[in-house]
Amino acid sequence: MDEKQILNGINLQVKAGEVHAIMGPNGSGKSTLASVLSGREEYEVTEGEVLFQGKDLLALSPEERAREGIFMAFQYPVEIPGVSTINFMKTALNQIREARGQQALDAVSFLQLMKEKMKLVEIDQSLLSRSLNEGFSGGEKKRNEIFQMAMLEPRLALLDETDSGLDIDALRIVAEGVNKLRSKNNAVVVVTHYQRLLEYIVPDVVHVLYKGRIVKSGPKELALELEAKGYDWIKSEATPA
Amino acid sequence: MSKDNQILETITTKEYEHGWAVNLEADEAPRGLNEDIVRFISAKKQEPEWLLLWRLKAFRQWQKMTEPRWANVQYPPINYQDIIYYSAPKQKGKPNSLNDVDPELIKTFEKLGISLTEQKRLTGVAVDAVIDSVSVATTFKDKLAELGVIFCSFSEAVKAHPALVQKYLGSVVPMNDNYFAALNSAVFSDGSFCYIPKGVRCPMELSTYFRINAANTGQFERTLIVAEEGAYVSYLEGCTAPMRDENQLHAAVVELYAMKDAEIKYSTVQNWYPGDKEGKGGIYNFVTKRGLCAGDHSKISWTQVETGSAITWKYPSCVLKGDYSKGEFYSVAVTNNYQQADTGTKMVHIGKNTSSRIVSKGISAGRSQNSYRGQVHIMKRATNARNFSQCDSLLMGDKCGAHTFPYIDVENATARIEHEATTSKIGEDQIFYCQQRGIDEESAVALIVNGYAKEVLNQLPMEFAVEAQKLLALTLEGSVG
Repeated sequence: MDEKQILNGINLQVKAGEVHAIMGPNGSGKSTLASVLSGREEYEVTEGEVLFQGKDLLALSPEERAREGIFMAFQYPVEIPGVSTINFMKTALNQIREARGQQALDAVSFLQLMKEKMKLVEIDQSLLSRSLNEGFSGGEKKRNEIFQMAMLEPRLALLDETDSGLDIDALRIVAEGVNKLRSKNNAVVVVTHYQRLLEYIVPDVVHVLYKGRIVKSGPKELALELEAKGYDWIKSEATPA
Repeated sequence: MSKDNQILETITTKEYEHGWAVNLEADEAPRGLNEDIVRFISAKKQEPEWLLLWRLKAFRQWQKMTEPRWANVQYPPINYQDIIYYSAPKQKGKPNSLNDVDPELIKTFEKLGISLTEQKRLTGVAVDAVIDSVSVATTFKDKLAELGVIFCSFSEAVKAHPALVQKYLGSVVPMNDNYFAALNSAVFSDGSFCYIPKGVRCPMELSTYFRINAANTGQFERTLIVAEEGAYVSYLEGCTAPMRDENQLHAAVVELYAMKDAEIKYSTVQNWYPGDKEGKGGIYNFVTKRGLCAGDHSKISWTQVETGSAITWKYPSCVLKGDYSKGEFYSVAVTNNYQQADTGTKMVHIGKNTSSRIVSKGISAGRSQNSYRGQVHIMKRATNARNFSQCDSLLMGDKCGAHTFPYIDVENATARIEHEATTSKIGEDQIFYCQQRGIDEESAVALIVNGYAKEVLNQLPMEFAVEAQKLLALTLEGSVG
């Protein structure tokens, strides 16, 4: 195993109702941050703590985190042959409900919920009956991620490079879906390389990640500044002379 | 060790669920095998002379044969003299109805989740229950009789329908077909017999549950299904055994005979005891299953979900003799820990315009070895024969093996044959994706495996499909974690 320190010094507070964007050049640790928060085991947290609604997040397994209300939209959604999105969501939703002490949804209520969410994120049922992500286009995969987010109604959604591989129309539809799901009770962290997505999902705060540290935070205009000037000025600012 | 392997390591630790034995008083033959034992079995069953002679002939042929060792499985030599060839649960007289059946036996089947009391039975499934060597109960017999459908234990059929049995016994699997078929022909104890008359569509699923209970006992059941012209039947077979340290031998023979326009659908969920995590104990399953599509436009379809047995040696086959006849083989074979499976099918195309379809899904975990062995044989006269084969292997971890041995023999140039094969691994990424949606690891593996095996599971009748899905999950529980 490669032992390499990727993140060092992340200090981030996200409140309910807020949208935060995490930007940074390639290799700055953006996706690692999303992976650590969602509980991928190949990353070890050597120091610090992550609190989610007062709970020690790092002590929880990935599925426990999901049941607490953390959702990650994957940069590369995984294919599962023979398992439809419908079946996948039914299994997921009912395991989450069970963990929360709620009754499993019966087939009729599940279908109702699904229909409602399908409409919200403009996804076609024929896509949901197919094997999960198998043979999906880039746009279909990302839209399917947002559909899943709508179904599971997370308290914190992490969007990991959701804009990658999307044309402008797909990007708009995905962003609209996310916007419809925003409320004062949930929060969104958008991890992205480009400012483009942030035109549609407008963040409250923008953070710049560089060499595993948040080197700059600011209002949404910071994203525009990065777009105009690139990351070089951040790099020179962040590197002590 | 990578995380993948750690995960897989842990899902393989679930205990065998049906591993209990009941204290049933048994009526047993002495250990070992010779002509006297064959006579003993025949006498116990009060058989007519022709059947005794048939058995003895089979026994003499068996003595001249040698055990086949070409399969990709390894096991110590079997001492055929150390096995008890007949064991029957003791009953006070012959049961006339379910009320007369030993309550211990009824309880045994209830533990298996099979209710023999007809009020509580699964809707539309008639059950024949075979424990050790003897059929203990058959449900719904009367209702089936109204249609002329015969569904009873093999012993009963020998008494009540001797002409039918004599006509078809050994007609699809000759007594000297192979070593284990010959052994079975000599010592078979019971099994199911099923006859569907001309033009009758059997209105319910027919089902046999086999259970080995007594120690040191071999089980040698024999099933014979005959579908007359235009008849249809769907038949299910399930099997379990208690956990025992020593290996137990199981050598069954199944013969299917389909006349013109007839269709037989045969489904198996095989869950014999697979042995423990170190590979100790378990059933040696050497089974000969063959169907003959004798008439034109007949169809035979095998579906099997194989999760049990220490060793599986099994090739349900179709002989497509009638023109336009069809053979199908759908299989999911799961091996875990030290299990070894060498299974597949044989499609023999004799008639014109015959077609066959093979879908095999192997899943290997732990230190198991899983082999697909299949033969597609297009004979000279089989003009326009078609075959499609798909053989997929799924690996869990890096200590197991998956092997594919497809044989294709074509003697007629008009044949069209397609063969597809894939090998894949359950990925850490797939499992993590499920977990991130709130699904725990074991359910994730179950979901992924069921998705992989879906095409085969879809072939099973509804009640069985649910059972098979659970069984797949149980077998692989602990191989991830």
